[in-house]
Amino acid sequence: MVMGELVDEVDVAVLGGGPGGYAAAFRCAELGLEAVVVDADGRLGGACLFEGCIPSKALLHVAAVLGEAERAKEFGVDFGEPRISLDPLRKWKQERVVGKLARGLASVAKGKGVEVIGGRGVFEDSSTLRVEHEDAVRKVRFKHAVIATGSRPAGLPGLTLASDRVMDSTAALALPDVPERLLVIGGGYIGLELGTVYATLGSHVTLVEMTAGLLPGVDRDLVQPLQRRVEKLFAALHLQTRVTGLREVEASIEADLEGAGSQRFDRVLVAVGRRAESAGLGLEHTRVRLTERGGFVRVDDRCRTDDPHIFAVGDVTGEPMLAHRASRQGRVAAEILAGRPSAFDNVAIPAVVFTDPEIAWCGLSEAQAKAQGTAVKIAKFQWAASGRAATLGRSDGLTKLLADEATGRLLGVGIVGPGAGELIAEATLAVETAALAEDVATTIHAHPTLSETLMESAEQLLR
Amino acid sequence: MTEAEIVAVLVHEGDVIREDAPLLEVETDKAQVEIPSPMAGRIEKIHVAPGQTVKVGAVLVTFADSGAGLGADARAEASTATRAGAPAAARPTGPAPVGARAAARPAAPAGPAPVAPAPAAAQGPVAATPATRRLARELGVELRAVRGSGPGGRILDADVRAARAGAATRGASRPTTAAASTSQPTAPAGPAKPLATIGLEPPPLPRFEQWGPVERVPLSHLRRTIAERMALSATLIPHVTHFDRADITDLDAIITRNLEAARAKGVTLTLTGFLLKATALALGRHPQFNASLDPAAGEMILKRYCHLGVAVATERGLIVPVIRDVAAKPMLELARELAALAQRVRDGKTTLDDLRGGTFTITNIGALGGTAAIPIINYPEVAILGVARARLEPVVRQGQIAPRLMLPLTLTFDHRVADGADGARFATEIVSLLEAPERLLSEW
Repeated sequence: MVMGELVDEVDVAVLGGGPGGYAAAFRCAELGLEAVVVDADGRLGGACLFEGCIPSKALLHVAAVLGEAERAKEFGVDFGEPRISLDPLRKWKQERVVGKLARGLASVAKGKGVEVIGGRGVFEDSSTLRVEHEDAVRKVRFKHAVIATGSRPAGLPGLTLASDRVMDSTAALALPDVPERLLVIGGGYIGLELGTVYATLGSHVTLVEMTAGLLPGVDRDLVQPLQRRVEKLFAALHLQTRVTGLREVEASIEADLEGAGSQRFDRVLVAVGRRAESAGLGLEHTRVRLTERGGFVRVDDRCRTDDPHIFAVGDVTGEPMLAHRASRQGRVAAEILAGRPSAFDNVAIPAVVFTDPEIAWCGLSEAQAKAQGTAVKIAKFQWAASGRAATLGRSDGLTKLLADEATGRLLGVGIVGPGAGELIAEATLAVETAALAEDVATTIHAHPTLSETLMESAEQLLR
Repeated sequence: MTEAEIVAVLVHEGDVIREDAPLLEVETDKAQVEIPSPMAGRIEKIHVAPGQTVKVGAVLVTFADSGAGLGADARAEASTATRAGAPAAARPTGPAPVGARAAARPAAPAGPAPVAPAPAAAQGPVAATPATRRLARELGVELRAVRGSGPGGRILDADVRAARAGAATRGASRPTTAAASTSQPTAPAGPAKPLATIGLEPPPLPRFEQWGPVERVPLSHLRRTIAERMALSATLIPHVTHFDRADITDLDAIITRNLEAARAKGVTLTLTGFLLKATALALGRHPQFNASLDPAAGEMILKRYCHLGVAVATERGLIVPVIRDVAAKPMLELARELAALAQRVRDGKTTLDDLRGGTFTITNIGALGGTAAIPIINYPEVAILGVARARLEPVVRQGQIAPRLMLPLTLTFDHRVADGADGARFATEIVSLLEAPERLLSEW
């Protein structure tokens, strides 16, 4: 007997099991469409769960605990020098955090009847995916497909060095050791978050950023408090500096830093952004088209590509590359497939940098308002005036609101300070629902909490 | 209209041009048109190239030193026929669809927006909650055109529903003084309710390559539009076709007799002019054929104006230029307008205004032969008149066989808005007008 090719016929094939992919598949199932997920690793969670948001936040929580313990000396509490055991730490992150969430997703998929097929999916045409897994080939014929292949860490152009000591974010999150000297290339959120983790665990961190400031594109008012803190936490911070050479020398990496000479490091973390995972998917066999810049899959606000049978969601469709954007798009795609009048028309996509202090923002920024000529009123509330911030010993925060000058409608919010990532939720709801500054100012906020800073800054806009 | 294809760029960077000089040629889903310059000045940068598809609101050309001494952009406007001095860029409502264009977009017929645009809140995100935005999509309401009654101009659910109802009743609410209706549809009992929708998805195509080599040729903008409109019409509308013939022997004689006299006034008399007139007069008495159906509202939109489209085959495909207020125009003026329009079509100079606002279409395939054709309705209209070649035929008149010039007519209409008997009465009305041509000429 000869094994024939196995062919599955489904309503919706989702390519990629990350937050965009599983949100699409789950929502399809809820709406009565048969959906399968084809994932290279044969599991749900994607980069977010296995090599991104979740493990990094677990490690940043550890960093926060260490930071708090250190700060406790100011209040007369001394825990002594922390002793860090990497094995239990890795095990906690991998099993208690990542593993637990992965098992949860798998059981939700089972409950909803969503099959996860392991293997690399390649489009043969606009209705067939070939799934290769080791030696086996399986075909999935679909009425519609959703591309949710996400993104991967970008390399340093012209500076590839095959060495274990040169890590991308995935390798750094595996926490191979705590290097004495760590070079972080890239002052974006990934470099800052992982730099913070390693610095708190004991590494001497040198951070190099090509542009004039950390977190390019983010409001300077928000970046400033973080920069002050990072300057203390890190051994060195080089702005407007390029790395022009990387060599492996005597069990270390020698890096040429433009203007700062050659320096040796035990490890190097390359965190210069992420690239769309749009190559090698067989898209040339479909009518899907990519953008000229960035190689993103071109979609409209219904997540439709140029191929009427194929949708796309998440990082592979463009910036901002954020799990929650992917997840919302995944639901939109599923709803459109089920014939519902859905659209990815969100006004506010919150972004959070989980550093210490955290930075979070949503909607319009001051620079964007200026660039597009929108007349706005701006309120800035310094946390030095917040009771809650004082009790936390953290008065270095800022809450900033932008409202339409004519109507008072909230258009954008930026927050820096501990807990900013949680605080931005209220701001996002306000911007998304077209709330007025007056709505926020007259809503009672619990005292004493940091959320009061939103109310107080909204009040400033009414004066 | 959300996008257009650039056919030709008629200027170069560095050119100094005057206001209204032709800048670009674009092909929209309706026509190939020239975009005139909104201002005088030197062209600093051209942002588009032939073959490129641009969205409404995209920057086409940047001027370096306009009259005001400031740099300025020419943007793609929703109505390229508008020649306002300052190009108020029409904002697209988010990215226009790039794929799956055939997917039915509910209640969004081409042509002017159904609701009067509100100048407020033209910038920035629409001030409405996600739930209200979803409601607007359900009802096919363009939120940017809705004025919000909530605090700070926020658009409420009630505003969306009001805009929906306004769009549905606009045409019908104005009372008319025109011809008395002989077959007015019966008044609805109770409030209007939306009709159930249908959704059809074409099954995947087989791999033709397995049987032999194939070639894939991308559709032109116009071809795609025709394909989408026809598929939409044929899928959505239950078509009925009624056949009839008109004896136009007398009409033909009148045309022949008056050809020279009309030519002296600079007008060419054609059968098409008389067809337009007869149809317009008949539509006045049968308004349900001069209408659109609003399934979402469960209402018929009777149009108290009569703009007739005339289907014209061009090298690039079918287009339907429109003659306005046909019923009210004397025959000679109609003939003059028709000739001017035909000239614009031949020159490829039709404007968007030439191509929209039609209420009923006439398609004359006579020139190309055939005995009859069953046309497909030009959505969102509800009826179309097909005309084949007139032929001398033996006809029995008062017991005698006489040679008469007979014109085959096919009336295709939407069975949702009219029944076979209505169609027969309407067609008979057209036939009797063509057979008694003095009634068409009474005004000239």
